[in-house]
Amino acid sequence: MKDKSSDVKKVTGRPDLRLLSLGMYCPGCHYGIITRVICEVIEELGVAGKAIGLAGVGCSFGGAPMTIDIDWTSCPHGRAPAMATAIKRIYPDAMVLTVQGDGDLGAIGLGCFMNALVRGENLTTIFLNNAVYGTTGGQMAPTTLLGMKTTTTPLGRDIQTNGYPLHVPELAATMRGVAYAARCTVHTPANFQKAKKSLKTAIQKQIDGIGYGIVEFVSACPPGWGLKPLECLDYISERMLEEYPLGEFKNVDKTD
Amino acid sequence: MPRGRIEIIEEYCKGCQLCVKFCPKDCIEISTDKINPNGYLLPIFVSEDECTGCGICGWMCPECTIDVYRYIEN
Repeated sequence: MKDKSSDVKKVTGRPDLRLLSLGMYCPGCHYGIITRVICEVIEELGVAGKAIGLAGVGCSFGGAPMTIDIDWTSCPHGRAPAMATAIKRIYPDAMVLTVQGDGDLGAIGLGCFMNALVRGENLTTIFLNNAVYGTTGGQMAPTTLLGMKTTTTPLGRDIQTNGYPLHVPELAATMRGVAYAARCTVHTPANFQKAKKSLKTAIQKQIDGIGYGIVEFVSACPPGWGLKPLECLDYISERMLEEYPLGEFKNVDKTD
Repeated sequence: MPRGRIEIIEEYCKGCQLCVKFCPKDCIEISTDKINPNGYLLPIFVSEDECTGCGICGWMCPECTIDVYRYIEN
């Protein structure tokens, strides 16, 4: 048996920025993995001292400020891009990121988000897409899949009454002020590493002053979907990724 | 010869079993009788000889409760 005290290397563990908190995450919630992605990227870029986070309303608000050790402020529902605009203009050297869920960004806050894109602000938005309103009990969100059963669509979402799912990075990629738009997941270890790379690129675009960066994370909500944590992984790879394909939709070094 | 080991902060574990699912060597199992103060069934590190210290269980833990250590070859 080797001497454990002298030749043991810590391979991975809790990032320094990640606070241990029982928080409000349910067992198996992917938001916990995403907070780890955010912490590791901020540590690797060395911008923890000048990072300012803005959390929307929902599970993104409950989880991110309680578990990531940077400066945070909470916003009125859906208004994080507007507040981020003000903060970025007051403190141009700060690294400003907004963490918003699908109800916050996709429903009530779509106007503020689109206007921030139109203005071509120099921000980073992390869009957490778990296809339901997790905080309030699993109601239908703009990103709910067609045919998916939620508490407000017990027969499944249909096009006639509920419309179509919202694709945010594809929408953002059409805007001229956007430098980076991508979609990723954290449901496998390989995708975890790709997600880190995507988020790092998006934040680097802001640090270099190129333009808006948005990264969507397709994630699981086990209680909202009515599935066990391990069944959610199969649901993501079989159903969610069919509707929401992964990849980079825009990656430019210069916005005109 | 063991190549790695893990430590679990049991107080914060929520028993989601993602570490059990993603361990490539099946070194982690969910226990049937060991629970923490919050009432969740805890994972247990069963196979110290198989663990390579790859770190995948640490990445995939939503609560960041797993620390992974690797023994360095001299």
